Amino acid sequence: MTYIAKPRLHHPSLVKNKAGYTRRDYEGAVSTLCAGCGHDSISAAIIQASYELDVLPHQIAKLSGIGCSSKAPTYFLGASHGFNTVHGRMPSVMTGANLANRDLIYMGVSGDGDSASIGLGQFAHIMRRGVNMTYIVMNNGVYGLTKGQFSATADKGSISKKGVANSDESIDLVSLAILMGATFVGRSFSGDKHQLVPLIKAAMAHEGAAFLDVISPCVAFNNHPGSTKSYDYVREHNEALNRVDFIESREEITTSYDPGTLTTVQQHDGSILRLRKLGEDYDASDKVAAMKRVQEGMAAGEVVTGLLYVDPSPKDLHHHLNTVDAALNTLETADLCPGPAALDRINAGLR
Amino acid sequence: MTKPAIAAVNDFVVKFANVNGSGSASANELFARAILRMGVPVSPRNIFPSNIQGLPTWYEVRVTEKGHLGRRGGVDMMVAMNPQTWAEDVKEIEPGGYLFYDSTKPMPASMFREDINIIGVPLTAITNATYSDARQRQLFKNIIYVGALSVLLDIDDNEIKRLFGEQFKGKEKLLDSNVKALNLGRDWVTQHADPAAVKLKVRRADNVGDRIFVEGNNAAALGAVYGGATVCAWYPITPSSSLAEAFQAHCKKLRHDKETGKAKYAIVQAEDELASIGIVIGAGWNGARAFTSTSGPGISLMTEFIGLASFAEVPAVIVNVQRGGPSTGMPTRTQQSDLLSCAYASNGDTKHVLLFPEDPKECFDFTADALDLADRLQTLVFVMTDLDIGMNHRLCAPFQWDDKRDLDRGKVMTAADLEAGKNFGRYLDVDGDGIPFRTYPGTHPTKGAYFTRGTTKDEYARYSEEGAVYVRNMERLQKKFDTARRIAPQPVRYSSPKPTRSGVIYFGSTSPSMAEALDQLEAQGHHVNALRVRSFPFSQAVEDFIHEHERVFVVEQNRDAQLRTMLMSEFTLDGRKLVPVLHYDGTPITARFITADIAKKLGQLKVVSFEKAAS
Ligand SMILES: Cc1ncc(C[n+]2csc(CCOP(=O)(O)OP(=O)(O)O)c2C)c(N)n1
Ligand code: SF4
Ligand SMILES: [Mg+2]
Repeated sequence: MTYIAKPRLHHPSLVKNKAGYTRRDYEGAVSTLCAGCGHDSISAAIIQASYELDVLPHQIAKLSGIGCSSKAPTYFLGASHGFNTVHGRMPSVMTGANLANRDLIYMGVSGDGDSASIGLGQFAHIMRRGVNMTYIVMNNGVYGLTKGQFSATADKGSISKKGVANSDESIDLVSLAILMGATFVGRSFSGDKHQLVPLIKAAMAHEGAAFLDVISPCVAFNNHPGSTKSYDYVREHNEALNRVDFIESREEITTSYDPGTLTTVQQHDGSILRLRKLGEDYDASDKVAAMKRVQEGMAAGEVVTGLLYVDPSPKDLHHHLNTVDAALNTLETADLCPGPAALDRINAGLR
Repeated sequence: MTKPAIAAVNDFVVKFANVNGSGSASANELFARAILRMGVPVSPRNIFPSNIQGLPTWYEVRVTEKGHLGRRGGVDMMVAMNPQTWAEDVKEIEPGGYLFYDSTKPMPASMFREDINIIGVPLTAITNATYSDARQRQLFKNIIYVGALSVLLDIDDNEIKRLFGEQFKGKEKLLDSNVKALNLGRDWVTQHADPAAVKLKVRRADNVGDRIFVEGNNAAALGAVYGGATVCAWYPITPSSSLAEAFQAHCKKLRHDKETGKAKYAIVQAEDELASIGIVIGAGWNGARAFTSTSGPGISLMTEFIGLASFAEVPAVIVNVQRGGPSTGMPTRTQQSDLLSCAYASNGDTKHVLLFPEDPKECFDFTADALDLADRLQTLVFVMTDLDIGMNHRLCAPFQWDDKRDLDRGKVMTAADLEAGKNFGRYLDVDGDGIPFRTYPGTHPTKGAYFTRGTTKDEYARYSEEGAVYVRNMERLQKKFDTARRIAPQPVRYSSPKPTRSGVIYFGSTSPSMAEALDQLEAQGHHVNALRVRSFPFSQAVEDFIHEHERVFVVEQNRDAQLRTMLMSEFTLDGRKLVPVLHYDGTPITARFITADIAKKLGQLKVVSFEKAAS
C-alpha cells in the first residue's frame, strides 16, 4: 500500500470560495479504506465543511491516533499539516500542538477504539481542559484496522461478524463528553451529510472543546444484522433532535423560518447556529436536559442525533492559562530568555 | 581514662535525625548555610522517606574546607532528635564522635555508648518554658538546637542572624522571635556546658568563592527558562516534581508580559506521563520548545511516545531525575539505573541522546543545551540527573549566559524559503549530517505541508513499507546519531601526574566523589587517568581513552553496569578490559567506596606502576 496522489485536474468550472479555493483544494490523497466505509463519507463532510467555511487549508492542523478512522486525515485537507500519533493518545498531542500555536484550527480525528478503549483517559481529559478544537470520533463499534474485535462503544448484546455477543456495557462518548465539560457536543451519522456538514462547520467555529460522535458503519465488520452500528440499524433507529444550519456572523440572514420550528444560538465568535427542531422542544444550551435526553434515547434504543449541547461562550485552555495573544511558537530569544543580568541577580540570591 | 574525641577543623560530618514534617528542614538548612557564609564549603544531603509526616528523615552535612562535595560516609556528630530511630542513630556515630540529644527526660545509661561523647541539652524544657503554642514549640525547638550547636562548633551567630535578616526581610516580628530562639540555645550552652569538650570546630576560611548553593532541579528548571521552553507538561513523581514546580516559579517571575501580564509559557499538570510526553511532542511538532520532567516509572510509561518522537523526528526534552529502581523501587533514594531504559527506549532499533550533568551548574547548562540539541537534531533528548543532584543543595559554579546566544531552532524551512522554490523533503538529507529540514504547520498555503507519522515513509514523508526505502531512512537516522556524537557535550579528562595504564570512566553525580577518590588513590600511589562522560552517543574521545589504557574502571550507581554494557556494545569492546565499580544501595556513592574498590581491584590485578615496570 503506497501513497497515491490524486490527479489535480483543475476544472475551470470549479467554484472558488471566499478564500479563493475550490472544493478540490480541501481534498487529500485517494482513500485506501474499504469501498463504502462510513469514514470516507465523514472525510467528505469535513472537506465540504472546510470549503464552505472559507478557511485557508493550511491553517488547519489535523491530528489522529491509530485505526482506519485515524488514517482518514490523509484523505482530506492535503495542504494541511497532519500528525498520525500513537494509538489512543492523539488528545495529548493535540493539546500540546494547540498550546504551541493558538492561531491554527485543530481537527482531531479518532476511532471508537482509539478514543473509548485505549484512549478513554486522554479523551476525558482533553474535554475537561477545554482545548479549542473539533474532535470527531468515527464510531463503528469495532476495531476496523485489526479486523473486527469489539470496541468499548459496541452496544451490549450486539453480535460480532464472527457471531460473538458483546456482554460488556458500552461507553457513550456523547454523555461522557458532556459530563467532562466539552462545550459543544453533537452526534450524527456518516450517511447523513445534510446534518453532518453544518454540525462540523459549527464545531469548527466553536472556540472551545467541540466533540462530534459520528456513527460510521464498518462495511467489513459490522454491516450485518446483529450489529447496532450497521447502516440499516442506524437508519431505522435514528432520532434527529434538530437540523443545524450554520451561518457565519458576517452573513447573518434574518429572514425568519417557520418560528415554531427554529431556535438560534449565537456562538462566541459571532456565528449563528439555527436549530431546526425535528424532535420535541429541545434546548441545546441546557446541559442537564441534554444529559437526560441522551439517556432517554438510549433507554428507548434510539440513536439521538443533532447538536445535543452547546455553551455559546466557552472558555478555552489558553484562557485558563492566561497565555499571551501571540502564538507561543513565534516567541523569540528576546521574548523568552531573561539574559545574563537577570542571571547575575539569581546567582546573587543563591549565595 | 579519658574518652577518645574526634578533633577536626572544617572537616567533619554532622547528621540530623528528625521526624518528617516537624519543620526541621529549614533549621538544618540554616545550619549549613551559616557555615557556608563563613567561607567553608558544605555538602548537605536529605535522606527522607516516601511519606509526608511522621516518618524519620535525616539531613547530613559534610563540612569540607577542601571542597569535597561527595558524600563522605560515617558520622562525627549525630543530632538525635527522633526517639524512633535513636538506636540506629547512636550506632552510626564513629568511635570518638559526639551525640547531641534532648536531655529533658532522663535516659538509662544503656541507651548510650561508651566510646562516644554525649552532649545533652534540655531542648524540650527550654522550649516549653518559653512557648505555650504547640506549633511554636515545635518550630523553635529546631532553632534552639541550631543555637546550641553554633556555640559548640564555633559557628558565627552573626552569620545566622544575617541569614534570618534575609529570610524575614520586612517581617520584623518573625525575625525577632527567631533570634530570640537562637539565643535561648546559645545561652543555655554557654551557661551549662563546656564547648571545649566538642573538638569539631568551624573556622572562617575563604574557600567558597563566588560559587552558588542550589538544587539541581531548581537549576534545570532555570535552564529550561533560559533555553526558551514555552510548554511544560508533567505528572508528579519523586524526585522530579520540584523541577516542574521550580519552572512554574521561575516563569512567574521571568516570563510574564510586562504590559498585559500574560504568560509567555504554558504549564499543564497532565493526567499521567503518557499525556505529559504527548503534550511535549505535540508542542515540539508545532514549533514550540517543550519539556517534561519525570523519573523511572514515568519513563516506562512514556516509552511508546519516545519511539514516535525519535522515528517521526520531533524535538522533545525529558529531564529524568533518576531514583532507585526497578518498578516503584526506592522512590526517595538515588541511583543511575535508567541508562539502558532511556538510551534504547521503545520498540525497534531506537537510540536516544542522553546528557549527564555532574551538578546543578550542568543541570542548568544541559537543560538549555538539550532544548537546542532537540531542535538541531529533531529528536528527543534526555537530561539524566538523579535525586542526589536534583533534590540536594550543592555548591557549584555560578550560572552563566552569553548575551549573544540565540535559540538554535535547527533546520526549519520558512514560507520565504518555500516561496523561493527550495526543494522540501521532510526526511531528505540535503547536506550529509542526516538531519532533514522541517516546516511548522501553517507555514505556507500550498507548499511544505506533510504528514507526520510513526510508520515508515520516504524522503518526502509519503507512507512506504518498501525495504529499500526503510533501510535508507534507518541509515540516515544512524548518520544523524553520529552527528549527535559530535555536537553533544564532549567528555572531560583528568590526567594523573604520572603516566599510567589504568583509567576510570564515570559520569553524572559520581563526579565529586570521584574527584576525591582520585586524590586518595594518587596519595596511595595508584595512578589513574579519568574521563567523565557527558553524553550518549559516546564521543570518539571515549573510545580513544579506552584504547589508551590496559584496563578501565567504569564507576556507576547501578547493579548491572549499564554504562559498561553500552560502552561494550557501542564500541564492540572486549569486556574484560572494562572493570565495573558498582554502588547501588540507594545512598550516594562515596570516595571511600570508590577508592577502596579500585585499590582492591588493582591489587588483585597485581598492577605494577609504569615507573616500576620501566625500572
Ligand atoms: C499500542 C497499540 N496497541 C494496539 C494497536 C493495534 N491497533 C491498531 S488500530 C486498533 C483499533 C482501532 O480501532 P478504532 O479506533 O475503532 O478504529 P477503526 O479502525 O475502527 O476506525 C488497534 C487495536 C496499536 N496500533 N497500538
Ligand atoms: S475495515 Fe471497516 S473501518 Fe476499516 S476501512 Fe474497512 S470498512 Fe472502514
Ligand atoms: Mg472503530
